[in-house]
Amino acid sequence: MIWFFLLVVVALSALAFFGGRGLAARRAAAKGVRAHSRPTQHGLYALIWVGAPSLLVLILAGIFSGGIAHHALVAGASPEVEQLEPFRREAFFQDAYLVGAGQPAQQIWPAPLTEQLTVQGRRSAEIRTVLNVGTGIAALIAAILGGLYVFLRIRPDLRARNRVEDWIGALLFACSAVAVLTTIGIVFSLLWDSLRFFQSVPVAEFLFGTKWSPQIAIRADQVGSSGAFGAVPLFAGTFLIMIIAMCVAAPVGLFSAIYLSEYASRTSRAVVKPILEILAGVPTVVYGFFAALTVGPALRVFFNSIGDLLIGGPLNDVGLYLSLVQNQMALVAGAVMGIMLIPFVSSLSDDIINSVPQSLRDGSYAMGATRSETVKKVLLPAALPGIAGALLLAMSRAIGETMIVTMAAGLAAKLTLNPLDTVTTVTVQIVTLLTGDQEFNSPKTLAAFGLGLTLFLVTLVLNIVAQRIVQAYREQYD
Amino acid sequence: MTDATLSKAGVGADTARVSKLQAGIKKRHARERRFKLYGVLAVSVAIGFLLLLLGRIIEQGHTAFYAHEITLPVYMDPARIDRTYPQGTNFQLMTAEQELKRLGIQDDDKGTKATAMRSLFSSELKFRAAAIVRDNPAVIGQTVTIAAPASDEADLYYKGEISKATPADQRRLSDEQIAWLDRMKSSGAVRTHFNGALFTNGDSTEPELAGVLGAVVGSALMLLVTALIAIPIGIGAAVYLEEFSPRNRISDLIEVNINNLAAVPSIVYGLLGVALFINWMHLPRSSPLVGGLVLALMALPTIIIATRSSLKAVPPSIREAALAMGASRTQTVFQHVLPLAMPGVMTGAIISMAHALGETAPLLLIGMVSFVPGIPHSAVEPTGALPSLVYIWENASERAFHERTAAAILVLLAFMIVMNAAAILLRRRFERRW
Repeated sequence: MIWFFLLVVVALSALAFFGGRGLAARRAAAKGVRAHSRPTQHGLYALIWVGAPSLLVLILAGIFSGGIAHHALVAGASPEVEQLEPFRREAFFQDAYLVGAGQPAQQIWPAPLTEQLTVQGRRSAEIRTVLNVGTGIAALIAAILGGLYVFLRIRPDLRARNRVEDWIGALLFACSAVAVLTTIGIVFSLLWDSLRFFQSVPVAEFLFGTKWSPQIAIRADQVGSSGAFGAVPLFAGTFLIMIIAMCVAAPVGLFSAIYLSEYASRTSRAVVKPILEILAGVPTVVYGFFAALTVGPALRVFFNSIGDLLIGGPLNDVGLYLSLVQNQMALVAGAVMGIMLIPFVSSLSDDIINSVPQSLRDGSYAMGATRSETVKKVLLPAALPGIAGALLLAMSRAIGETMIVTMAAGLAAKLTLNPLDTVTTVTVQIVTLLTGDQEFNSPKTLAAFGLGLTLFLVTLVLNIVAQRIVQAYREQYD
Repeated sequence: MTDATLSKAGVGADTARVSKLQAGIKKRHARERRFKLYGVLAVSVAIGFLLLLLGRIIEQGHTAFYAHEITLPVYMDPARIDRTYPQGTNFQLMTAEQELKRLGIQDDDKGTKATAMRSLFSSELKFRAAAIVRDNPAVIGQTVTIAAPASDEADLYYKGEISKATPADQRRLSDEQIAWLDRMKSSGAVRTHFNGALFTNGDSTEPELAGVLGAVVGSALMLLVTALIAIPIGIGAAVYLEEFSPRNRISDLIEVNINNLAAVPSIVYGLLGVALFINWMHLPRSSPLVGGLVLALMALPTIIIATRSSLKAVPPSIREAALAMGASRTQTVFQHVLPLAMPGVMTGAIISMAHALGETAPLLLIGMVSFVPGIPHSAVEPTGALPSLVYIWENASERAFHERTAAAILVLLAFMIVMNAAAILLRRRFERRW
């Protein structure tokens, strides 16, 4: 449907372009004067006035019609459907949409609901049709009104080019405003649902509580705990994995950067840099697979065999512990995340080391220093703030990384700093809370937004600090 | 200075100093070598990890590209086939019983062995047999040769992934079943072939029938939505910021904003998608439309940054020349600067699309973790995507899904390599240095 309308709008705009162009030429010729703008500019002006209003109508309809259709469908639902638990009701309406659109439902519904599904499906299709036809008519009216306006306005003395350029400028500004709107959208959607979450769970309990078990009974008759939302174990787990990742990424990344910028020949640079870029381009889900099925089992076997060796010796307890270590440990997720961050750290540090002025190096060599001494005593101190910024950015990446930890770190919310234990992180919990059966108003689901807000704020602060440091440092040598 | 030292101190003290200095130089050079070694070590660690990663995935995944097919004569028993409803016949069990008879094995009265034999054939056998009967009912009462995939466990055995050496209680196939599989193989009924199903099927709960096509189409639709939204808006925003925006607080704010957006964790975009597109706008869950919108917002900052840097690379002389010829600012930008910057812009856009293709976390939140069989036809119906398929298969309990996960990763990487290669080619071919 929407494609059909878009096609109509495109066709009308094309019509307006050619019509406007012809009209401008004819009117200029009739008056026998030279027009301010060329006919093509008049054509574009007509195109904008016909296309923009109707496109605006279509975009607004695209944004709001889903919500309106949903409210209309919910408002007229039958009592059988009303009696469903909220999250089942949502799923039911979802299926009604699918049935209405001529697709199979995703679930099988029991007897009275099966008929209801067809009824509601038909209703949803009707609502959609009404909305679509309404949108189409509104868009058409907008196009016609725009066309009329243009038809009256086109005159040889119309400053069509300037007008068109103003429109283009406004459009470009709107494009860059999308970036700001995205930020506002992120902040509002996180804040809105987090506020609802903090109505049922106090902020202090969330930030300082040490017990995390978000399982809440979804139905009244279900056996389940009341849930505890103390996020400290998640923060500890995230921190632990981040530290392990940085222990891998910082030295390896930094030393590769030093090697690449100070030692490597032109050819080896040309070979090594693309390889590091490949490492950076591998999707995180692939790293997760690697962690879960290669690194995890390998490290478990390694620690278990060490444990078996120690059992019976003076370190019997340690041996017993090591022999029972599982695949999912913080070390696995952290180490693989560290590998993922190597190219990130190395390319950032490479840039920073390269931006240290050559004169500092030359001065150091002239005093008889070796390369390593130059690096250690001159370059690194000079580049230190920048490198600190790069490491902060890497930390923010490590905190926000999701797939590796989801696939390799586990779900047990333990308050521990032992790298061989399974821990869980903020991102893992967000994924767990929001996948599977869910009800959008339960604290369990809303907790994900509380965690998301925390994550967003922490990474934001880290990024801003890091960018400030890097920028301030760059200015020093510019 | 040396003269002064010579005259003041004795020759003995001097040689001591020289040797001390030489020892120091030796030490310093050793330190230098060690330091360089660390660098080499770090680079080789990074490269080693990459090779290990790719090697492991190829090692785990290459077996998924071929599969085994069992060809058996099936007597279409008129007593067991319902002519009006051939799909209802248990062809698998029927074939299994006939095969047992051929192998000369007596079943017990509960039919345990027939059930064990039956589990060696894929359920595809049933569909193929039913299709033959439906197309030509005359075959009932005759013997037909039917080729069908081996079940996932049987396939794994033929590939050598299930070994006889493992204790029987730790593998999914019994000694008896393995003996049958060996006999079928030696009788020439088993054929190894390229696993076309992997590329032509949608997802399935049965590993031997599961394929990536549904996810590939889903990912393609999603990228289409992303590209249609993110590339024009990204270029527009970059052109505004680079060529038009006045230097004021608002444009500074937008700039800081874009830099920060580029570093927002991807899962936060997923939360935005849930709250905005699904809960508020009621767009269909787990559809390529929602996925594409979320990825578009994510790709936007990268595209803006890439476009700005290639606009910056166009020398000001071009702009000045155009302006001097009487072109307006808009004409200058759209007729001269942007076309010259286009190769760089497209390179950045393709790379960010390749990045969006591999993004997984936001897709999990908007519902792309559910099992969706079949191949999507439009951008508003529930689908899977390649990276989320990797996640789903990795979590599956059947062992045969492990090799398929690695194969799906290889498919994903192949797409990314193609896109990146296109970007590099574009850069090599068209990029101009001023």
